[in-house]
Amino acid sequence: MENNLLSIVTFIPAFAAVILAVFLRGDDEAAQRNAKWLALVATTFTFIASVVMYLQFDSMNTGFQLIDEAEWLLGLNYRVGVDGISILFVMLTTFMMPLVIAASWDVNVRVKEYMIAFLVLETLMIGVFVSLDLILFYLFFEASLIPMFLIIGIWGGANRIYASFKFFLYTFFGSVLMLVAMVAMFADAGTTCIGGCSISLLNHTFASESFSIMGWQVVGGMQTLMFLAFFASFAVKMPMWPVHTWLPDAHVQAPTAGSVVLAAILLKMGGYGFLRFSLPMFPVGSEVVGPLILWMSAIAIVYTSLVALVQDDMKKLIAYSSVAHMGFVTMGIFSTNQQGLDGAIFQMISHGFISGALFLAVGVIYDRMHTREIDAYGGLVNRMPVYAMLFMLFTMANVGLPGTSGFVGEFLTLMAVFQVNTWVAAVATTGVIFSAAYALWLYRRVVMGDLIKESLKAITDMNAREKWIFAPLVVMTLLLGVYPALILDVIGPTVAALVENYDTAVAAAEAVTHTAEAHN
Amino acid sequence: MTNDILVILPEIILALSAIAALMVGAYGGQDKLARPILWGISAVLVVVALMVASSSSETVQAFNGMFVNDGFARFAKVVILISAACVLIMSEAYMKKRDLLRFEYPILVALSVVGMMMMVSAGDLIALYMGLELQSLALYVVASLRRDSVKSTEAGLKYFVLGALSSGLLLYGASLVYGYAGTTSFAGIITTAQAGETSLGMLFGIVFLISGMAFKVSAVPFHMWTPDVYEGSPTPVTAFFATAPKVAAMGLFARVLHDAFGNAVGDWQQIVALLSVLSMFLGAVAAIGQTNIKRLMAYSSIAHMGYALMGLAAGTAFGVQAMLIYMAIYVTMNIGVFAFILLMEKDGQPVTDISALSLYSKNNPGRALTLLVLMFSLAGVPPFLGFFGKLYVWRAALESGLTWLVIASAVASAIGAYYYLRIVFLMYFGEDRSDAVDSNRGGLLGGFLIASAVIMLVGIINMFGIESVAGLAAATLVN
Repeated sequence: MENNLLSIVTFIPAFAAVILAVFLRGDDEAAQRNAKWLALVATTFTFIASVVMYLQFDSMNTGFQLIDEAEWLLGLNYRVGVDGISILFVMLTTFMMPLVIAASWDVNVRVKEYMIAFLVLETLMIGVFVSLDLILFYLFFEASLIPMFLIIGIWGGANRIYASFKFFLYTFFGSVLMLVAMVAMFADAGTTCIGGCSISLLNHTFASESFSIMGWQVVGGMQTLMFLAFFASFAVKMPMWPVHTWLPDAHVQAPTAGSVVLAAILLKMGGYGFLRFSLPMFPVGSEVVGPLILWMSAIAIVYTSLVALVQDDMKKLIAYSSVAHMGFVTMGIFSTNQQGLDGAIFQMISHGFISGALFLAVGVIYDRMHTREIDAYGGLVNRMPVYAMLFMLFTMANVGLPGTSGFVGEFLTLMAVFQVNTWVAAVATTGVIFSAAYALWLYRRVVMGDLIKESLKAITDMNAREKWIFAPLVVMTLLLGVYPALILDVIGPTVAALVENYDTAVAAAEAVTHTAEAHN
Repeated sequence: MTNDILVILPEIILALSAIAALMVGAYGGQDKLARPILWGISAVLVVVALMVASSSSETVQAFNGMFVNDGFARFAKVVILISAACVLIMSEAYMKKRDLLRFEYPILVALSVVGMMMMVSAGDLIALYMGLELQSLALYVVASLRRDSVKSTEAGLKYFVLGALSSGLLLYGASLVYGYAGTTSFAGIITTAQAGETSLGMLFGIVFLISGMAFKVSAVPFHMWTPDVYEGSPTPVTAFFATAPKVAAMGLFARVLHDAFGNAVGDWQQIVALLSVLSMFLGAVAAIGQTNIKRLMAYSSIAHMGYALMGLAAGTAFGVQAMLIYMAIYVTMNIGVFAFILLMEKDGQPVTDISALSLYSKNNPGRALTLLVLMFSLAGVPPFLGFFGKLYVWRAALESGLTWLVIASAVASAIGAYYYLRIVFLMYFGEDRSDAVDSNRGGLLGGFLIASAVIMLVGIINMFGIESVAGLAAATLVN
């Protein structure tokens, strides 16, 4: 049976964007309201469609499901489908977007373009997660830069131009290498199909015999080179230390909604890329470079946590904390065992909710006071009790308090890496302490204490719309914290299959090397 | 003989209409009739394009193989005719406003198009030269159309002197090839120019021929005339230079390399690859410092010729197909961008400084969005059609083992992205300036702009079937 559901989910937002662009005229109050409502309805409808899709998904099947395909240019195919890993990212995207639109209700500059940018961005983000064709993936992956570039550049803060250029050029340069590797993969395997068809890249074994270039011994051969090419792109996107510096700038300058999308969804593309391409397609390459990445992750966790301690801009602080949390993700992924991958995926989903909520929380007080300076606040609890409570919850979740979703991911990844490399685990665990330090200190400075600043005397608590935006995030954070099986059951079989294939491939490559050595 | 005439009927119709228009113009009232002549010639161009497109799909030769009408020639001719018609229509309002609309302009364009059609159909060195000169002579004149402007006359003169030099190179190469092959017909040359046994004289001939043609496509290191001619010529003429003649020269390039030297791919592959990589890098780097949008587009076209040459460097049928697709996409993008440049004015005067686009999106959100699409497409950022053009040539080059060329071009395209991005940057995040361009009514030009942007976006679905047509066209050239 032909199943178009996935394509429908992917393209509803883009379709709404076209309607907005073509039919909505004028820039008066009514037109702005129409644009906002249309965007909200479209994103909500996308979410509903994705729930329908989710209900048709069978999590025990480890292959790709709900595949939709059509012939395309250049002998390529338009192919989309989901498996246990990607479906949750699709759900995360469709879940966050209506909240993001609702959080942008107060935007009043170029509203129509703003909504178009976000709708197009949603299609591109879903597209990244569902693509089953290499070129299609690249298309969505790269194209998502364009709306984000504009969102930061047009609706951003004072230093937005620098931030948008840095964002674009960092990620663009990272992707060029990936594209070259993709063309090489196409040439080697003769197909661009990622999975779910008779000849696919996931079934193809790329050469892993070591060779030397100009005296340098490349252990793992082609696989290592391709791994590094993909790594260049995903590490920037993730972002991993030391190529993370674009993120704080982009976050600080982006409008609230832009920050939420960036933290909650766009960063996950890097992690998803590792899971979809690096591990399964280049297992030998991953095995060679993996230990280095574990250490890079540990450094990232400690270093960025320390940097976060000294920030005086709230968004910058949360941005650095995001980098630290993404360190847990890469650490989990490159432990390459079941707990590690489970934990990494869990951490990505949960970080989507928590960091999204934190940026929204900053947005709430920014809308009132128009500053993100930590020193400009203090004693908010006196005037904003509801806000204080919500901010408390998400701060604790960010720290990884048991009972919130933040705990599960951190615990699983630490447990996984402990089995692989005790020292990395030890270093990373100190990062947990630092994260408690910067998060609680931030909370103390902003919310606790006496309300002594004149400017804050008239600040109002959250209104109904803002409370409703937070409600789903609160539910998800607590629900996943006490019942993580909601996610782990879905990803479990697929992850188990991935780990098994990985171990087989690595063992096979090692056997070949040993025989070769024995012959010599 | 009658059959021969039937084969070149499209060229004859176009040439006769040009001559008829010349008579009408000269005796009937000169520049007062410029408008009807322009529209008439445009209509003839479109009709001839339809005629060529719908003619039979076989390969026919006329005049003892001097003139070849095959799928490849037809594809190139249709692109040339349509783009020439578009540019003519786009010129009208601009030229009328600036008192440039002379009745000779459409006639000269028509004559140069006849030359281009000869070029892509040439089956013989003499026919090749005839087409090339007919095209070039007409182009020299239109370059200096604004004869009271120093820059325009300088452009025409520069173009003429360097063009004559390149024709000299080409003729020298042709005479060497004739000397060593004993014939001027491509069908005869290909039997003597076999792989691995080409004589030294023949090799020199190939090199000179390629140099001459590289001038016409403005590939590095024969590109020096391009920025000056682009800048000095009236903008509609620049738009014309950037489109139809480039397709014709590329078509001629492919025709000579495959029809005459198709058995000696190894002898010219490295030369073409070198031209390609140099063009891509020079185009990308030199454009960064430009502030005049016409000069910028000149360097951009140099870079794009580099990508198209990459398809030729592959030396396969798929490479030619990739080149044809690339050129079709390139022409479509350029028509859109030049429609935009023609619209750029301040108090009725044309503006070419890109800083005048500061915050353009504030007053003209729609038009800024279309230019954004075109700029990202030129830069080769997905999901626009420009990216697919690059993908085609990359794949062709990779299949021929030119991996180094692919990697180099990926780097060049990342560098090149910067200056396209700068225009987007100015339009959206620039600062308020007093000399910013006016917002004016788009009219026909706006239509061209929007159409070209929409094609860039919608084309990714199936490229309007161009892919298979180009594949068939390439198959007739390379076998």
